[in-house]
Amino acid sequence: MIENTRVLNIVTHAILIAALLVMCFPLYVLAVTATLPYERLGEVPKPLVPDTHLTANIREAWVRGNFGIYFLNSLVTATLITLGKIALATITAFALVYFRFPGRTLAFWAIFITLMLPLEVRIVPTYEVVANALLPAQQILEWTGMTWLIGALSGVEVALQWNMINSYWGLTLPLIATATGTFLFRQFYLTVPDELAEAAKLDGAGPMRFFLDVLLPLSRTNIAALAVIMFVAGWNQYLWPLLVTTGPDYRTLTLGLTFLAPDADAVGDWNVTLAGALIVMLPPVLVVVLAQRWFVKGLVNAEK
Amino acid sequence: MPEVEFDRVEKTFGGTRVLHGVSLDIAQGAFAVILGPSGCGKSTLLRMLAGLERVSAGEVRLNGRRMNDVAAKDRDLAMVFQNYALYPHMTVAENLGYALKVARVPRTERAARVAEVAATLQLSEMLDRRPGQLSGGQRQRVAMGRAIIRRPRVFLFDEPLSNLDAKLRTQMRIEIKRLHLKQGVTSLFVTHDQVEAMTLADRLVVMNAGRIEQAGTPSEVYHRPASAFVAGFLGTPPMNLIPAEPTADGRAVEVEALGRFVVEGPALPGRAPLIAGLRPEHASRGPGVSLPVEMVEELGNGRLVHLRCGDRLVAVMLPEGDRAPVADRLSIAFDPDRLMLFAADGSALPQRLRAIAVRTHA
Repeated sequence: MIENTRVLNIVTHAILIAALLVMCFPLYVLAVTATLPYERLGEVPKPLVPDTHLTANIREAWVRGNFGIYFLNSLVTATLITLGKIALATITAFALVYFRFPGRTLAFWAIFITLMLPLEVRIVPTYEVVANALLPAQQILEWTGMTWLIGALSGVEVALQWNMINSYWGLTLPLIATATGTFLFRQFYLTVPDELAEAAKLDGAGPMRFFLDVLLPLSRTNIAALAVIMFVAGWNQYLWPLLVTTGPDYRTLTLGLTFLAPDADAVGDWNVTLAGALIVMLPPVLVVVLAQRWFVKGLVNAEK
Repeated sequence: MPEVEFDRVEKTFGGTRVLHGVSLDIAQGAFAVILGPSGCGKSTLLRMLAGLERVSAGEVRLNGRRMNDVAAKDRDLAMVFQNYALYPHMTVAENLGYALKVARVPRTERAARVAEVAATLQLSEMLDRRPGQLSGGQRQRVAMGRAIIRRPRVFLFDEPLSNLDAKLRTQMRIEIKRLHLKQGVTSLFVTHDQVEAMTLADRLVVMNAGRIEQAGTPSEVYHRPASAFVAGFLGTPPMNLIPAEPTADGRAVEVEALGRFVVEGPALPGRAPLIAGLRPEHASRGPGVSLPVEMVEELGNGRLVHLRCGDRLVAVMLPEGDRAPVADRLSIAFDPDRLMLFAADGSALPQRLRAIAVRTHA
């Protein structure tokens, strides 16, 4: 039942607006503080009107925080995660929905289970794999006695090594290899009528052709949704980049921000730190705002 | 050589057999219609020919070549689906041209053929629209165009008209017929609508429960049904099926409520109960059997009178000219030669009937 009375409208809007203000107030304080000069930081009560030092603070944050390289790293990481995730999710869902192959149920459940194990839960084994992606292969060789055999026969000691610490692969692959996107697309593909696949078959299109020409164009709104979610999630990653980067070369912006925060005994120039926070927040906000227009377009053009 | 051959084709879905050895030949250029109730396996048969279902046993041949293991795209046939299966994100032109694009036909030739097909189907005005912006009839025409453009050896239609309203259906039926007369491409059309079947077919195949009941011209199937099922399935309303008993010598039949008739031809074998069939339009008002009237239906071009006959109803069609009121009882007459006889298992018997001499003289 949909209520539509004037009083109720006013009350619900009042509640929503109040909640919006409560949510936005800290962000507003952050933005205002980022515009203050150092001298005004100690003022009581806290200034709530913007000052004029925003560009200076941002420049200071950018230079002192080494944001040039971090910004690029974050951009590359978030983009790789987004693209990799979409590519992996669309193609795995395609395999699960449109093909009958031995072990299909097993594959389905294996993927499903990864849903219940987010990165934070499996962080130690994941780190071990990233430190040496060939470790499982090495283990198998050792258990089967192959390393001993090769060592005895040729004198070469087999020690497989593929280290992804401090690389874009290490930063992105573990975050790409999760199941959320796969299920999003699986659910969508299940709603696509079987006749479309059959019509494509009779039109002479092979499976990949059908995937590229029919399924992907049809799922563009889903792809846009997943892209936004993955870009923001990838950009906001903190724990994982902290673990797999050991120096400034591959650090991301979220890490850079923590290095910008003043230590306990240092001068607390929070105006610069918060200007840095503004820089970090900007790209995800832009992506959401821009993609929102895309969503609306996709929804308006929705075909029956 | 027939264009399409089904040779003792069987289909099993997870242990359940839905087709029991179907054999059927379709000549080059014929328009064959497979008619049957839902679940009789008619669509499965079509999909096996299209290459969308595997053949469990038997053989499907096109032009003499075994097709069982040939991929759908290499069979050189096109299909029109019940829900049209148009690609929703492509324009009409792209939908029509997709098969050609996949086949790497050069762009200019593709455009020319799309334009040609669009003109045949009066779609030229809407080449830039998407399926979502088209009416049901227009979508139907796009689906047809998508099949035509490939110039296939065989057209397959899987209940293509059942999503249209009655008026459009008649219109599209005529268009399909006209197209077939013009192009002469072998066509296989599956439907559960007997009017479509009768009007479109030059070869009508009636299926029931995974078997072919009868195949022949529409007129043959209508006038000489091979089984009680076919008789009861064709015609609106269908043929009246009335219980009948042969006499001891097998020279006469006692039809419930309608009286006794003499058998022409060989005597009836055995004394097993039979079924007599009479089409509603083959009986009319006249001196003969008088039966109580249960209900009268006005059809505009005539009236349908339902008469009580034992524990069942017998329908009789009164022609448009007969406007005399129908009272509590109606006396009907019919040519006994029109009565058909079926054995208890439903198969048609060759014996004809005629009125007993005594009664006609009286």
